[in-house]
Amino acid sequence: MRSRVRRYGPPLLLISPSLVLVGVFVYVLIARNLWTSMTDNHTAAQANGRKDVSFVFLENYVALFKSPQFQHSLWNLVLFTAVFLVGAMIVGFVWAWLLERPLPGGRIFQTVYLFPMAISFVASGVVWRWLLNSNQGDSATGLNRLFQMVGLDVLENPWWNQVTFGIAAIAIPAIWQLSGYVMALFLAGFRGVPDDLREAARMDGASSLQMYRHVIFPQLTPVLMSAIVIIAHMSLKSFDLIMSISKPANYQTKVPAVDMYVFKSSFDYANAAAVGTVLLAFIAILIVPYLIQQHRERTR
Amino acid sequence: MLDRRRFLALSSAALGVGALAACSSGGDSGSGGDGGTDVEVFTWWAAGSEKAGLDALVKVFGEQHSDFTFVNGAVAGGAGSAAKDMLQSRLQASDPPDTFQAHAGAELQDYIDAAQIEDVSDLYDEYKLTDAFPKDLVDRLTVDGKIYSIPSNIHRSNVVWANAKVLEKAGIDAKKAPGSVDDFLADLEKAKGAGVTALSVGTTWCQVNLLEAILMSELGSEKYNGLFDGKTTWDDAAVTSSLEAFQKMMGYTNTDRDSLDWPDATQQLIDGKAAYNVMGDWAEAAFQQAKLKDGEDYTYFPLPGKEKIFGFLADSFTLPVGAPNADGAKAWLDTLSSKDGQLAFNLAKGSIPARTDVDESQFGTYSQTALKSFAEDAISPSIAHGAAVPVAWLNDLSDATSQFTTGASDLAAYQKALVAAAHKYAS
Repeated sequence: MRSRVRRYGPPLLLISPSLVLVGVFVYVLIARNLWTSMTDNHTAAQANGRKDVSFVFLENYVALFKSPQFQHSLWNLVLFTAVFLVGAMIVGFVWAWLLERPLPGGRIFQTVYLFPMAISFVASGVVWRWLLNSNQGDSATGLNRLFQMVGLDVLENPWWNQVTFGIAAIAIPAIWQLSGYVMALFLAGFRGVPDDLREAARMDGASSLQMYRHVIFPQLTPVLMSAIVIIAHMSLKSFDLIMSISKPANYQTKVPAVDMYVFKSSFDYANAAAVGTVLLAFIAILIVPYLIQQHRERTR
Repeated sequence: MLDRRRFLALSSAALGVGALAACSSGGDSGSGGDGGTDVEVFTWWAAGSEKAGLDALVKVFGEQHSDFTFVNGAVAGGAGSAAKDMLQSRLQASDPPDTFQAHAGAELQDYIDAAQIEDVSDLYDEYKLTDAFPKDLVDRLTVDGKIYSIPSNIHRSNVVWANAKVLEKAGIDAKKAPGSVDDFLADLEKAKGAGVTALSVGTTWCQVNLLEAILMSELGSEKYNGLFDGKTTWDDAAVTSSLEAFQKMMGYTNTDRDSLDWPDATQQLIDGKAAYNVMGDWAEAAFQQAKLKDGEDYTYFPLPGKEKIFGFLADSFTLPVGAPNADGAKAWLDTLSSKDGQLAFNLAKGSIPARTDVDESQFGTYSQTALKSFAEDAISPSIAHGAAVPVAWLNDLSDATSQFTTGASDLAAYQKALVAAAHKYAS
């Protein structure tokens, strides 16, 4: 017993402040949020205790998933995440592949590609709102005007104002901003492949393409997993970019995070909490298996 | 070795506790205005004519109540949404400012239900306001015999603005306002023929603003006012015809509407790219700023309909429960409801005073028409600006409107959603 205290006591004591802080400000609040989402706390009077709040179990969730508006938000989220994820992976991977070999000026390109990440979503959103203007024909501006100038009029489209697929247009700035980051991840992955493996492959007469296909790419799988998890969870939470390009009341760009904001603005804490919990569940589904796998790898 | 470990552990634990303590004390010192002479006035008036109005009012406050110090609690951003967000958490945490700005009317309902603001009826008696404000207005502000806020100014929401030069080119008589919604639709068609955007409009709330103006025109004030207390149902045939007119009008609007706020939509009119714009009369400030001449470059008229209606919204100030400096807040309410306060504030902001006994000669040409209409015409509350419906209802209504104007629902489904919203919230 005494030796255990000696062994584990001081380290535990050392991390206890952060344990307590994380415990209270993350886990207790998640529990509290879960509780709120299962009550009928829909008004300001209930929120500050003037009127009774009662437990309704999953009623809010059922109502949410039944409402066509929330289904539309979920569809938007799925579409946005799919386009964002696939786009950022492909662009980031191709850039990394091109820059993996030592090229003159390669460093400069790396910096250029990574740079958009340094801009906040809100700042780039303001610019992209102008670029993605939905006017066509004579009053077109932004990208639609550019299409006209280079004679690609057929490409003119209403961008994010199309009600079913419009949200995919907002994934474009997201891809633009995060591709550089994905590239950096993959570059690190490429550099992590030992040179002797490449040499061995060449000795065995593998062509350049074969070497990539059978030697290097398989070793990038962990990097790919990390990149997918990072981009996907960012995408699920994205709010600022959508908010600065569109507006909270615009139906075509509703996602659950926006719904949460709108519910909260009308003192509907129960529904806001329910939407928050749904988002947390989505992200957990994505991240928990990843964490488990990481843990296994480390302890193997 | 062990000693050093123990030392590290203890010191880091102490640091942690210290940091926690710092966090909790930091929250308190930020609020300001705790007792004494400071009066924290919470608004979203942080720029433009609104800021100018606030400054003018503060000047009068300094003259009338020199024993109090004004503390500006303005929160900028999102046309007030950032401020409302912040206010919500402060009231929830029982850390209210001394007084805060809110649209007069149904928007206050949530605060009233939550007992977060005080009944100020006795201040109406003390400052002799009951007779100074029009009876219609006082009636609209009264909830169960109590009044919870004092209005500082009145805006009109149902105004059609027009670029006179563009109308001329399109062959429309700019001097003569159309006589009905149908006449207006015919004029829109003519304007469209001239190759401009016939009707410029902004994002969802601007579209709701347009919708409410049409509803007022088609229903008349009594029936329109009945939409909010259940006397008129939202599946009424007149509502259907209003929605049809709304649908037609949206057909004449710019396609990039959902990315624009009202200044962008009004700017299209100023730039001669659009013929008409339906917006509240804060737009007047934009025309003044662009140095356009009233009557020559731009004209305006209320959206025509069954009768003359003044679609109103008002900014007002409250006395929060547990205000740290209630006396200071009352002094602020005294100033803003006084003749001098209302005159100075409204001249700078470009709105009209809620009091009817203010010297009107100093106001500009547009404001004169608003003053006249406010005194003579029927008064109906605005939907888009919190006068007619509480926030939750407005959110549902906005969602339904956005769904309709983006093409995700048809007219029947739109009306059904409006009926459902009324059913959910109307008392």
